[in-house]
Amino acid sequence: MAKHEVTFPVTDPQEILKLRAGDEVTVQGHIIGIRDRTQIRIFDQGVEPPMDLAGAFLLHTAPGVRKLDDGRYEKVCIGTTTSARMVRFTEPLGAQYGVRAICGKGGFPDDAIEPMQRLGMVYFAIVGGAAALETTQIEEIEEVAWEELMPECLWKFRVKDFGPLTVGIDAHGNSLYHDVQARAQEKLKELYARL
Amino acid sequence: MSTVAVDLRQTVEDAAAHLYVWALKDIPQDLRDALVAAQQRETSVPGKRVLDTIVKNVQVADDQNNLVCQDTGIAVYTCRVGEHFPLHPAKIYEALYAGTERATLEHPLRSNAVHTITRENTGANVGYRLPIVHWEFIPDWDGLDVKCVPKGSGSENMSFLKMCVPADGVKGIKQFVLESIVGAGGKPCPPGIVGVGIGGSADYAMYLAKEAIARPIGTRNADPHVAKLEEELFGLLNETGIGPMGLGGDVTVLNCHIEHADTHMTLNPVAVNYQCWAARRASAHVAPDGSVEFDREA
Repeated sequence: MAKHEVTFPVTDPQEILKLRAGDEVTVQGHIIGIRDRTQIRIFDQGVEPPMDLAGAFLLHTAPGVRKLDDGRYEKVCIGTTTSARMVRFTEPLGAQYGVRAICGKGGFPDDAIEPMQRLGMVYFAIVGGAAALETTQIEEIEEVAWEELMPECLWKFRVKDFGPLTVGIDAHGNSLYHDVQARAQEKLKELYARL
Repeated sequence: MSTVAVDLRQTVEDAAAHLYVWALKDIPQDLRDALVAAQQRETSVPGKRVLDTIVKNVQVADDQNNLVCQDTGIAVYTCRVGEHFPLHPAKIYEALYAGTERATLEHPLRSNAVHTITRENTGANVGYRLPIVHWEFIPDWDGLDVKCVPKGSGSENMSFLKMCVPADGVKGIKQFVLESIVGAGGKPCPPGIVGVGIGGSADYAMYLAKEAIARPIGTRNADPHVAKLEEELFGLLNETGIGPMGLGGDVTVLNCHIEHADTHMTLNPVAVNYQCWAARRASAHVAPDGSVEFDREA
């Protein structure tokens, strides 16, 4: 299980292809915050996102923020939400907008494995709930679009040493979640026999 | 009498406002100890990475006076009201509502509360039937205990109910708890506390499961039959290999707590309510003279 540092947005597909399920990754550069209502607006209501998502790292989040007098937002507490609710957006995010990485907590079900492999995308597992630490790794909220969806807006954050993240699903068809679940289902049979 | 009632209402409101923020920032010692023990016991590489991050995060929250987790949850309170406590529960509810709202706006805390159809955010973590309060009334006592349990959605979404039949027996209960936690995988932010409610009715079983997650970690039910089941399930759940954040490992749960109620001869309900690793809770003991003792460990 190798360790990597990746700067987003990425332009070279190799940056994603070199990552393998289980690897540890630290992220630099810019990441984009997105959540249920943001993606419902893009894909179900057909509204074009006012940010470039090519090569992007998307974070499943709805940050706690404080609005300043000049209209900018200051971070209060920024953490990560459960990804599984949003799995159906994976394919269009990659195919239509060129998103390269999706980061959240709890993993994606197996539906994400094929599109991620086909489109050269990865899923990064962050530690859900570890928001105090995550907040210190977000240097600044640089842009906010769709403020009326607060807190489920489209956010642009500048990050430093964001992580450690674990590659949960890689671009080669491997998913830690699939493997853990398969082993657990086998184990359940053994446990039931003992009850 | 009316003066006392007004003052106590304000006291309870102030206590609720304090408890909500305090619970979000300063997790109980028994939880801190359980997380460190889990960190030491975990052998999988991703699992260890998760637990190292969790322990570090708790420290960062302390150092920066920040929330442990950004999900400020829905505010759930459990109230134990003495029969002689001089403020009526209707006024206690008003005070908890006002305290939750005030804490949210003053801190500020992220508001999660939305209308369930329109999904419009109410802006202050209160609303119609929010916050949620569990009541218990205690004879021959004049005090009030308020416990605030901010409940995050990641874990609350992993709630499960099965109306087992009597012929399924205790084995059916065990199987359902095991399949629920394996099915939940990494979604509820494991390792957390598995709350199980058994008996009563469908709704009451889930109510009991929520009571179970609010207990200090590793406390055991007073009924030895139930306590034995807690121990057995705790061991079995940690054999599933789901691990921290569902990435595989030795520690899937910090503990398993069960609450029970007697039930109908043809019922065997089992409810599972999950509490994430950031199992936040904070309590206040309010005396009839308005003095308040805050307590992180209750």
